Amino acid sequence: MGRYAARRLLQMIPIFVGTTLLIFLMVHILPGDPIRAMWGDKAADPAQVAALRHEFGLDQPVWKQYIDYMLNLFQGDFGKTFGGRQVIDVMTEAFPVTLRLTLLAITIEIIVGIGLGAWAGLKAGKAADSGVLIFTLLVISIPVFVLGYLARFVLADELGWLPPNVQDSTNLAELFLPAFVLAMLSMAYVARLTRTTFAENLRADYMRTALAKGLPRRRIVGVHLLRNSLIPVITFIGTDVGGFIGGAVITEGIFNVQGIGNLLFRAIQTSEGSTIVGVVTVLVLVILVINLVIDLLYAVLDPRIRYA
Amino acid sequence: MPDTSSTTLTATEETAAAPADVVKTEQRKPRSLWGDAWFELRHRPMFWVSAILLVILLLIAAFPGLFTSADPTKGDLTNHFLSKPELTHFFQPDWFGYDGQGRSIYARVIHGTRNSILVGVGVTAAVTFLGGLLGMLAGYFGGLIDSVISRLTDIFFGIPFLLGTMVVLNAFTDRKVYVVVLALTFLGWTSIARVTRSSVITAKQADYVTAARALGASTTRMLFRHVMPNALAPTIVVATIALGGYISAEATLSYLGLGLSEPAISWGIDISEASKAIRDNPHALMFPAGMLTLTVFAFIMLGDAVRDALDPKLR
Repeated sequence: MGRYAARRLLQMIPIFVGTTLLIFLMVHILPGDPIRAMWGDKAADPAQVAALRHEFGLDQPVWKQYIDYMLNLFQGDFGKTFGGRQVIDVMTEAFPVTLRLTLLAITIEIIVGIGLGAWAGLKAGKAADSGVLIFTLLVISIPVFVLGYLARFVLADELGWLPPNVQDSTNLAELFLPAFVLAMLSMAYVARLTRTTFAENLRADYMRTALAKGLPRRRIVGVHLLRNSLIPVITFIGTDVGGFIGGAVITEGIFNVQGIGNLLFRAIQTSEGSTIVGVVTVLVLVILVINLVIDLLYAVLDPRIRYA
Repeated sequence: MPDTSSTTLTATEETAAAPADVVKTEQRKPRSLWGDAWFELRHRPMFWVSAILLVILLLIAAFPGLFTSADPTKGDLTNHFLSKPELTHFFQPDWFGYDGQGRSIYARVIHGTRNSILVGVGVTAAVTFLGGLLGMLAGYFGGLIDSVISRLTDIFFGIPFLLGTMVVLNAFTDRKVYVVVLALTFLGWTSIARVTRSSVITAKQADYVTAARALGASTTRMLFRHVMPNALAPTIVVATIALGGYISAEATLSYLGLGLSEPAISWGIDISEASKAIRDNPHALMFPAGMLTLTVFAFIMLGDAVRDALDPKLR
């Protein structure tokens, strides 16, 4: 287990370096001059532009910028925003907000998604199954931003059940609506995946054995079936973290949540390289670690899997 | 679901056992994977619902003039500022009402179809070509080529799709359809490459490939005549399912102001404009949003049906 984890950690290094290099190149090589753009349509003073470009290191060749950036990164220095604030400060303000939003969304996704999927899987071929299938198809077809406005319009503006904007991100009641919208798409996928594995595993030998032993149905479904069906579902949730962050850009915009999605969107619009690269770097790290943890979880869920 | 192989078998047995004067049952040729898939598809209502929807949508995309004569870019603020829909005026310019610029929403919904479908089909084609080629090279040649391509795939996969595409698109000011297609392809090819790689690895170990090699077939012949046709099914499944997602992604990017740029007509741009006045004028948002959802729904349903038909494990 320890050796496996160490090997996986080593394998993460080239991917981490490659991904940060890729996003760095995307930000710095693609056309567009963020410094000149600060003046908009007005005439810019070349001396001021040059001074700013020097201040942010943009006058250096790209490879040197990348090496400088990485060296600073290992000392905890993410650079500064065009506004002059440290990127790390901006991120420490925004990350906890998105973390709460995402955790709440994943909780909703797991409870509703696995619940719906298990229900459909146990009733495979019956009306409940087709109902869940069509419902999930519909949810997958509605783009997140449409769903967001719909939910806000109906549940907040018209019915007034939930607040339309998030003012205090530590208040779970306020956070519920954006988290629900964020969770819907993945929830539909989780439901379909759970349904398939449930329907498949229902025919497995160990199910017949458990039934023959005279175990109560609750235990057969809740322990034998559920535990064996969870591996593909958990794998999906792990690979979906990146999708959650993309969805957060939309949901945070609609519900006015001051999290990482909003921060990134503003940074992308102003081509603020330091913030984009900083946030993506942290995200990539988070995603890599989550996937490692999930791989290690396999052994917990399925005792046949052993890591030497 | 009927087990097709066993029905075929019983049918032939019956024919063999039946006396010769009984009317000969229809000739049953052995079906290929594709013939089998088509047989499966034909027997699914979901396939036909999505096929009919898609034919209508493609007609709208190809000949928008057949469905409306109104000009989608002509605004009339004095008479039509956010006028409510007239739900009984079928196919008239005021059917879905007017938007905040006094433009006919019905005309805009109809004329927006082409761009959405062009982006969806364009990205799917580009991604299948690029990802399929890289996946095939990696799977077939293995070794160093495989390692390099696989690590590249990991790296491109590591950047969240929507975020990376936004960064790419922000660099362009005049974003036409092909720019959006290329930007979505830039990070979108990875899953196709992974799927193709693994199915090529399975296909190249088959006996007929070894036989072809023993007979002295060239590498290109082996790749394109023997390995590719037999490794294609999973790639097609992933590509069809993703098509609807790309249409949704285009609308999302346009909604964020990073997709198609005006004067191109995009449902995403219209939804973004309508969202500012949603409380009093939900109709301006609902119709483009409904059309977008319907289109994505049709493509995703098709992908679902194709997957069920091509994946023998699900039967």
